[in-house]
This record gives sequence, structure tokens and C-alpha cells, in this order.
Amino acid sequence: MTDVTRTDVQTWLARQSRWSPYEIAFWIAALVPFVLFPSYLTLASQIAITALFALSVDLVLGYAGIVTLGHAMFFGFGAYFAGLTSKYGWGEPLTGLLLAGLAAAVLGYVISFLITRVQHLALIMVTMGLGLLTHELANSMSWLTGGTDGLQGVDTWPVLGFEFDLWGYTAYAYALAVLFICFLFCRRLVNSSFGLALRGVRENVRRMPAIGSSYKAHLRLVYAISAGMAAIAGALLTQTTNTVSLDTLSFQRSADVVVMLILGGTGRLYGAILGAIIFMIARDQLSDMNPQYWYFWIGILLMLVVLFMPKGILGGLTRLIGRRDE
Amino acid sequence: MLSQLAVILFDGFAFGMLLFVLSVGLSVTLGLMNFINLSHCAFGMLGGYVAVSVMRAAGGNFLLALVAAFVAAALVSVLVERTLFRRLYRAGELNQVLFTIGVVFVAAAAAAWFFGTGQQPIVLPDFLRGSVEILGLRLGAYRLFLVVVALVILAALVIGLEHTRFGARIRAAVDNQRVAQGLGLDVDTIFAVTFALGSGLAGLGGALAIEIVGLDPSFGFHYLVYVLIVVSLGGLGSIGGSFAAAALLGVSDVAGKYFVPEIGSFLIYLVMVVILLIRPHGLFGKR
Repeated sequence: MTDVTRTDVQTWLARQSRWSPYEIAFWIAALVPFVLFPSYLTLASQIAITALFALSVDLVLGYAGIVTLGHAMFFGFGAYFAGLTSKYGWGEPLTGLLLAGLAAAVLGYVISFLITRVQHLALIMVTMGLGLLTHELANSMSWLTGGTDGLQGVDTWPVLGFEFDLWGYTAYAYALAVLFICFLFCRRLVNSSFGLALRGVRENVRRMPAIGSSYKAHLRLVYAISAGMAAIAGALLTQTTNTVSLDTLSFQRSADVVVMLILGGTGRLYGAILGAIIFMIARDQLSDMNPQYWYFWIGILLMLVVLFMPKGILGGLTRLIGRRDE
Repeated sequence: MLSQLAVILFDGFAFGMLLFVLSVGLSVTLGLMNFINLSHCAFGMLGGYVAVSVMRAAGGNFLLALVAAFVAAALVSVLVERTLFRRLYRAGELNQVLFTIGVVFVAAAAAAWFFGTGQQPIVLPDFLRGSVEILGLRLGAYRLFLVVVALVILAALVIGLEHTRFGARIRAAVDNQRVAQGLGLDVDTIFAVTFALGSGLAGLGGALAIEIVGLDPSFGFHYLVYVLIVVSLGGLGSIGGSFAAAALLGVSDVAGKYFVPEIGSFLIYLVMVVILLIRPHGLFGKR
């Protein structure tokens, strides 16, 4: 009996994790900027970095259901971590990424003990409070972080022998490769039994312990993983721009990424990426506008999506195309 | 030195009272419907701009401006609640958070469009300017006025909630919405009225805040954090809790910025996170 269920679950998971033609087309399309829009490569690498950050938030928010308004603390932590290691003598990018990710994962695991204590409004407030706290801390520790002037003197060595060029070829290739690897990891993660358990927590926290699943341990683990990935995104930003500014830790960044997720669709990996693409391109195109007017359109879009497309743009699209949902 | 300390404490308390007026409405509506309304301060901002406009049109009648701010915020809020917010009562908290943040974005852009991005100055009437000497302390007349207004509102709310029939209905609906509905209370209407009153108070708070913290399109965002701290620390639906939390926050913010300016707002965030971790339902919350 149990054997039958087990194989059923495994076939289901295997079917879920099969690559669809849409996905392959998407990743091929991600290479197009190299050929068609070489002048937009800097923007493209920014998008890839933001998409990675959105992906990390999707793990905790979309899959595990932890509403967080303070995830920029890990993004900024990674950014400063990579900046500082490079400033003080070790500018090798790949190990820099890994170290930043590991350090943030440890930090995230510690913080997850706090996060799993609270729910609802208190959870939102605690994540937001921790984010604001980190921002203030970095601001007041200006001897280390450079304060509002940003961290100066970051020097990133060539990645695998490729110099970072002015046009951003290396930067985009590097960011895209890291995004793809992290994406594969996430894809494997959410299509595993661990991913299923997380969705169980999201749907009904009370029922999970009743069927013998220790949900807090799951939440702590996914929170740590997500923190590490957010830090990798932050470290990527540092390495491709060679500066770190205080706004990597800002509340705005935490809020923006949640907006992207909602636009794209939570609980779907491509939702995070699509949301980041739409948000970043729209911001780039509308950047001549006063930022307050640009937020007017974001506000309208948010309200429309919440009211009419609860599963985000990607959710709306899949329904239009008529593909079987989940 | 001691008198200086007393003045700082008083200024902090006055700032806390401002926060109390701004946030008490949200505390009650959140307790009533569990609707996380992050646009609460946007109604405060609306009140502020209405007050500025009325001051200009009515030749500097500040008290009239305060009344207009209350009424305008109450009316607009009930309109928004009936048409938009009520669709979201059953939605998840993430959707509520994002929808109302969207409202804040739109409100900020609208304010920038109509009034520009600069600070809106107002000229106070003579009796609120300068300072008053009490027990040898020179206290700002406006801050004194603020404290009096807040105490009057506190008294009115406590009496209204504890000793009137409508107050009893609100308390019943906060305690257990289903049972209240089962007993024949029209929770829907109760909520609409409470929402209007709460947003009206926010509007009043926004108008009162102009002299202390200024008014610009970022008001809805900037003070949201303070208001949420008050609400989450005070506990949902608790007026006394909001009052105590607002006073505590006001005093610690002003005193912290005066005595240890280098750590900025670090202190209040730390206090909030620690208190919430120990008591997730706030200092005075029941649920």
C-alpha cells in the first residue's frame, strides 16, 4: 500500500519536473540580448540579478507562505560581504559568491528561529523591522560600510579568466549563468518531496504537524536557503558594478521584490523571473518620469493584479493558453 | 538639566500623542476585520492636504481645517472601503498588503500631481504659536494643544466604546465576529462606520502632523512604519494599548534621537522586534 503511494508521488513529481518546450524557449530567449541588444546588456544583467533575488523570495513567500517585507537584508548582506572580501584582498568572484551565500545562509538559519515564532501581522512587522534594523546598522557602521557614500575600492578579479568589460558581456553572461544554476537548484527543490511539504505548510499550517511533518524545521531550512540565494544575488550586483550602496538594504528593495513577485505570480519560479523582467524594463523605460509618477502606474497595476489576476500575470497567461494548471 | 529632560520627555509625549491619533483607527479596524490596511496613513495624508487647502481658502482658520480634514478622510475612506477594500476581506494577508500598498503609491502620485513634491507650510493661529510656561517649564503651545486634543479623543473613544450601545456592538464584533453576526448584529455596517471614524481620525492626525513633521507626498509611507509599530505593539483593537504604545514610541523616538543621534531609528526598530518576538500579539493584545 505505502509502496503504491510512494511510486504515485514519485511519478507525479517526475511529471512535474519534466522540461516543457516553453521553458527551453525561454532560456534560449535569455541569450538573445547578446546578439540583438548589445547596448542593453548592463540592464540585462541587472534584470538577471533582480530575477535571482525574486526567485529567492519566491521560495519563502510563494512556496512556504512566509510573507516577508525585509528580504533586502540578505541581499544587502551579500552585497556588502562580497564587497568587503574583495576590498580586503580576495577579489575572486566565484569563491566570493559562494562565501557570501554560505555566510548569509548561516545568518538566515539563525534568524529563521525568530521568524518561525510569529505569524500574520507580527510576522510582517518582524521581517520589516529586521530589514529596517539592518539598514540602520549599516548606516551607522560607516567605518566599515562607507555609510551613505557607499563602499569604495571594490576590485573584482576576472571571472574564469574573462575581464569584466565596459559593455557588460561578461557581466551578463556571468549573472545569467548564476541565475540559471540557481534556477535549476530551485526547480529541483520545489519538485521534491521537500517542496511538496513546503506547499503543505503554505496551504494549512495546522494540518502539517497532524500528519507528522515537522513544519518549523522545513521553514527554517527553506528560509536559510532563500537567504543564501538572496545574498548571492547581492554579491553578483557588487561584483558586476564594483560598488555597494546603502540602498541594497533599503525597505524599497524589499517591497519592490514582493511587487515583482505578485505581478509575475507567486509560487511559480517563472513568475518571479517574469515579474522581475517586466518591472525592470518598465522602470528603465519610464525612468525619465518623476519616480513618484512611475509608482502611480505600479500602484494601479498592483491593484488590478490583486483584484483580477490573483495568480499574477503568469497565472493569467497559463489560464489563457489553457494549459493544465499545476 | 532636569528641566531640559522634562521638556524632551514632553516633546516625545506630544509626538506620541500625534501617533496615537494617527494610528488608533487602524488598531480598531484591524481588530474588527483582520484587514491589514497599509493605506491608513494615506488617509492621514489626505486629511493633511485637505487641511492645507481649507486653510488657504478660509483665510487661516485652523480649527475649521481640522474638522474638514476629519470629515473628508472619513467620507473618502468609506467610499474606498465600500467599493474596493470589502472585496479583500476574505483574501490572504499578502493580497491585502499589496493592494493597500498600491493605494499608497497612487495616493502619493496624486498628491505630487496636485500639490507638488515640496513641503506644505501652514501658518498657525496666534494662540497656538510660541510657548507657555507651566511649573517653570517652557512648553510649546502647539504641543500642549496636541496633547489636549489627543486626551480628549482618548476619553471620547473610551467612553464611546465602553458606555454606548454602538461601542458594545463594536466590542462584540471584535471579540467574535461570527457570534456577533449570529446574534443579529449588522457587522458589515458596524465595520463601515468604524472604518470611516478610524480613517477620519487618521485624517485629523495628518492635519495635526503638518506643524510637527511636515507634509509631503511621502507622508503615507513614512509614517506607516510608526503607525504599524504602534498598532502591533499596542495590540489589535485595544485603545488603551495604542495609547500606551504611542506614548512609549514617541518618547523613545524623540529621546533617542536627542541623546544618541548616531544610532538614529535603530533603537525603536530593535524595541519593536524584541517585543513582538516575546509577545507576538503586542504588549496589550489579547489574541
